Amino acid sequence: MSDAHSLIRYDLQIIAAWIEPGSRVLDLGCGEGDLLQHLINRKKVVGAGIEHNEEKVARCIEKGLSVLQGDINQEILDYPDHAFDHVILSQTLQQVYAPAALIRSMLRVGRRGIVSFPNFSHWSLRLQLLLTGRAPVSRQLPYQWHDTPNIRVITLTDFRRFAAEVGLQVLKEAAINTNSQDRFGRITKVLPNLRATYGIYMIAAGKGFPS
Amino acid sequence: MSEYIEHSKDSVSVGLVEKKFFTFAAPPHEMVLESGARIGPLTLAYETYGSLAPDRQNAVLILHALSGDSHAAGVYTERDEKPGWWDCMVGPGKGIDTDRFFVICANIIGSCMGSTGPSSVNSATGRPYGLDFPVVTIGDMVAAQKALIDHLGIAQLLCVVGGSIGGMQVLEWCVRYPGMVYAAIPLATTMRHSALAIAFNEVARQSIMADPNWNHGDYYGGRKPELGLAVARMIGHITYLSDESMRLKFGRRLQDKSDFSFNFDADFQVESYLRYQGRKFVDRFDANSFLYITKAADYFDLGKQHGGGSAVQACSKARARFLVISFTSDWLYPTYQARHIVKALKKCGRDVSFCEIEAEWGHDAFLIPGERLKNLIHGFLQRVHDERRAQPHPL
Repeated sequence: MSDAHSLIRYDLQIIAAWIEPGSRVLDLGCGEGDLLQHLINRKKVVGAGIEHNEEKVARCIEKGLSVLQGDINQEILDYPDHAFDHVILSQTLQQVYAPAALIRSMLRVGRRGIVSFPNFSHWSLRLQLLLTGRAPVSRQLPYQWHDTPNIRVITLTDFRRFAAEVGLQVLKEAAINTNSQDRFGRITKVLPNLRATYGIYMIAAGKGFPS
Repeated sequence: MSEYIEHSKDSVSVGLVEKKFFTFAAPPHEMVLESGARIGPLTLAYETYGSLAPDRQNAVLILHALSGDSHAAGVYTERDEKPGWWDCMVGPGKGIDTDRFFVICANIIGSCMGSTGPSSVNSATGRPYGLDFPVVTIGDMVAAQKALIDHLGIAQLLCVVGGSIGGMQVLEWCVRYPGMVYAAIPLATTMRHSALAIAFNEVARQSIMADPNWNHGDYYGGRKPELGLAVARMIGHITYLSDESMRLKFGRRLQDKSDFSFNFDADFQVESYLRYQGRKFVDRFDANSFLYITKAADYFDLGKQHGGGSAVQACSKARARFLVISFTSDWLYPTYQARHIVKALKKCGRDVSFCEIEAEWGHDAFLIPGERLKNLIHGFLQRVHDERRAQPHPL
């Protein structure tokens, strides 16, 4: 990675590297807008974001970002078809109640979708479950079973399978090993489903994908 | 809206300001109103703060609500203790930074704060208009402001901003004169007045018209319908607050007594407060203006007027970037109405930011000093200012 991408989290650096300069980007669950800000500064994108939390929305708007407060599943419905080149769902898929419907919306309003999520089949999680018999807790998944916002358990293998089933084309993928807030990490090439902490996918509508 | 200006006495200010007047539409070139009626000459009272940049790209137009005026910030004399109604937001280094922006605020037509309204003298008769004043709309108010902006030599406003009825004017500006508005901040407002809002306005109007002194609007020079106007203001005040803010501010506390009076004096603090607000309002506001402005708000329906019934069609005429803001406890223009604006703007591909500010103070929250609103407006203005500078040919 070049210096230009070194200011934001490693997983966001990967996403940023996939975005074409000057494109139109929608970031679903954009938080305090780090990725959007980065993409606007470095890639001259036209960016917009949706975020649920008032405090975070306010931070974004104060920074000069175009962000609106609301639920991503609802707010995405209002955009016209192909309003964006890229629609990003970063580390949120595991919290979405109806992932297929949301991804369908993403690929209606955008040409391409980028989704990332923590890999629930990392060896350390498997080991925890096996040895302690308790729901795994890690730096990427720091929650107890009763207070986690993560309602979907996804692995890299599961997502690939899901993509094939619903007719998604996987254009790019990166299995990475990084800690949750780290600016450094590496691509995991060998046994990714066992060794990667996150998966990132660029997707488009494939054959048979309902539009 | 009500008055919170006492909150901001100690802060920095734009300092001494002056109310100016612009008169136009002299016969035979009267302004044609939406109703088809003609009126002229028309005068607008206005104030400006800060200075216009040589490229004339830093003008921000503030649009006031029902009982507001052109005096948004600063003081008239050194000993003036009452700064303008949005002094907490407008001034050096404030949310709308007068060190950077040329800020304009004009009194709406139909009002009684220096612009032509029902209490103004009709040049044709030499007497105050009264009910001979034609019914004006939000669109008419905006058309009059446009004449002022033309007069000031500003081809495009960097931003139009306003809350409540001022927010309606913001939306109207964006679709009526899309080329003249680069960015817009509608606050605590709606695209169309709800039945609830119309109902409160109607009760308030009935209260004025039921006052024998009202005399079908012909009371200038005689006794004014003070009781009717005071009750109208009391009704308004209830809608500007919220269940929560009234509970916090008054609860069931008694006013200057420890037990009930067992008569119909003001026992509760909330009664005493409303009576005081009503009395105070009568001294500065004209009852007929109250009728005209509330009627304009009730008629407001952006989709009907500009989109053949479709809010999306109407919004598609706008070219501005938007920051829409609502407040959680505002029950006069609840958040769902702000969301309708956001939805319509998104559907036609406009750039829109939206924030629902957590606030317990009801509809009036937009007038109360607060870091959240100040920072949102500050950040948005800076962004659109920079974006516009970066474009050689705006729009």
